[in-house]
Amino acid sequence: MKLTLKKMDDLAITIRQEIVEMLLEAKSGHCAGPLGAVELYVALYFSGILNYDPKNPNWEKRDRVVISNGHYAPLIYTVLAHAGYFPLEELKTLRKLGSNFQGHPNRLLLPGIETSSGPVGEGLSQAIGMALGAKMNKEKLQVYCLMGDGEQDCGNTWEAVMMAGKNQLDNLTAIIDRNNIQIDGFTENVMPLEPLKEKYESFGWKVLEIDGHNISEVIKAVNSSKSVFVKPVVIIAHTIPGKGVDFMQWEYQWHGKVPNSKQTEEALRQLRNLKGKIESELD
Amino acid sequence: MFNPDIKLNPKIFSETIKQISPRDGFGEGLVIAGEMDERVVALCADVTESLRMHLFRNRFPERFVEVGIAEQNMVGIASGLAASGKIPVIGSYAVFSPGRNWEQIRTTICYNQQKAIFVGSHAGLNVGPDGASHQALEDIALMRVLPNMAVISPADALEARKAILSAIEYPNSVYIRLPREKSPVFTTEETSWEIGKSKELWIPNSKDGQFSGITIFACGHLVYKALEAAKELKEEGISIIVINNSAIKPLDEKLVLKWAKKSKAIITLEEHQVAGGMGSAIAEFLSENHPLPIKFMGIKDEFGQSGQAEELIEKYGLGNEAIKEAVKKVLNI
Repeated sequence: MKLTLKKMDDLAITIRQEIVEMLLEAKSGHCAGPLGAVELYVALYFSGILNYDPKNPNWEKRDRVVISNGHYAPLIYTVLAHAGYFPLEELKTLRKLGSNFQGHPNRLLLPGIETSSGPVGEGLSQAIGMALGAKMNKEKLQVYCLMGDGEQDCGNTWEAVMMAGKNQLDNLTAIIDRNNIQIDGFTENVMPLEPLKEKYESFGWKVLEIDGHNISEVIKAVNSSKSVFVKPVVIIAHTIPGKGVDFMQWEYQWHGKVPNSKQTEEALRQLRNLKGKIESELD
Repeated sequence: MFNPDIKLNPKIFSETIKQISPRDGFGEGLVIAGEMDERVVALCADVTESLRMHLFRNRFPERFVEVGIAEQNMVGIASGLAASGKIPVIGSYAVFSPGRNWEQIRTTICYNQQKAIFVGSHAGLNVGPDGASHQALEDIALMRVLPNMAVISPADALEARKAILSAIEYPNSVYIRLPREKSPVFTTEETSWEIGKSKELWIPNSKDGQFSGITIFACGHLVYKALEAAKELKEEGISIIVINNSAIKPLDEKLVLKWAKKSKAIITLEEHQVAGGMGSAIAEFLSENHPLPIKFMGIKDEFGQSGQAEELIEKYGLGNEAIKEAVKKVLNI
């Protein structure tokens, strides 16, 4: 599916509203991260970069998207619904008994999901396995791994970072949602990650840093990641957690919390007024 | 006496019986598996020769992945390879895999339903001089609780070879537990092997006198010790039954029930913690289906220590004498 920039911007706002509504209905889940990463997913799925076919989700030549931070489920589900994998209507069952929309994604229950995930810090290893597998199978496909910044604390992540550098996996693009929050607080207080760029570079990666709310920057970075040879690429996408809802923005308390009905009303009011106004506040 | 249907090695109690480490059987089997199925890939974490995986690496260098000392990463990579149509075989010491990477196994393999074969070597006290830090005594328990995972503790090198070959064919993930030490190769090429099937190795016949009512379920290289004990007990006029229960999960419920019903009591024997081990698996099943007294022979909530393999087996009460004593105690002799 390929949309214009304008349409992608609008879709990002719509998806934000749907996430908030979904979480109110579910009564539990994660809020700030999914709201902050919308543009990353929209750029990937709706700009024409990613090779996928919702009518044939197991198409062998599809690009692989490994979601390492499964708690972004509300965002992932909404994006995949808009991409045509399943009806948007079904998302109301999120986190309910018997639903295919589990609190964290289960690949056996939904098309378009490559790995059942949840525990963070293991997606990059799986993406490496797929990138190695693609090379062994002589398949020209790109493996994307979407990660959070909190999981940069995990030992497993760095085992994988080292391995991808060693194996020069140029069919691998990692995207880190650098929103600076995790459950216990700001990343730099919980466990300082900086200098993150230099860390990845010293492990043999090409690093691109972008404004993660700027869809054209995301598209440009992903495209250029595909043309880098002999190195894996990581895109560090700086984002604002809770983006679009003023009382959630930059508040790490909203990592794993959902709005009540009053807060939802206010959040939706703010999001409705956001059309055409998304701009980065990072500068 | 020996069950003739099982076709055990006729030299079983001869001093000239071959002693081979089950790791060698696994290493050979892995090469055969690689030849038979090009989807087979192998991963190891800096213990390649020790696991005998260099045989596969030398034969299929493009299908071998060295991950360094990074067992968690190794599991995730295996999951990704499985998603790419491969059949990954993961080797390390059992203390580290499944010891260090259990959550990755649970999430990225079992819950994610990607098939991989796990080979945990240096399991049990027989690791010897390296001591307790390297003697995995908990791995059966760790793997047995995972859905979509079978568990095997081969009784000798030939079973280890058959185990890896059958694991390739098996629809689910499989854990194969291997000891470090050499042990007698008492089965033969003709001895049948199947995941989920136990075997009656020693059963009373008319000449053996009346069955005492004691059945031993053993796994791993201790099966041989149980057979030695059975032979010596027979000489003392005590006739028992020995089952090779090396295919631990799925449990061969039919066979377990059959012999439980004929027994007054059973003994389980394993080089593993009693808690959560092979004996526990049998007890869970029998307590619901045919409760009877069970004597658990294994490690009782403690760690091992340095020493020679044989010394440790004796010290922790898993040797020949201990088995005979346990039988007599259960029989109140």
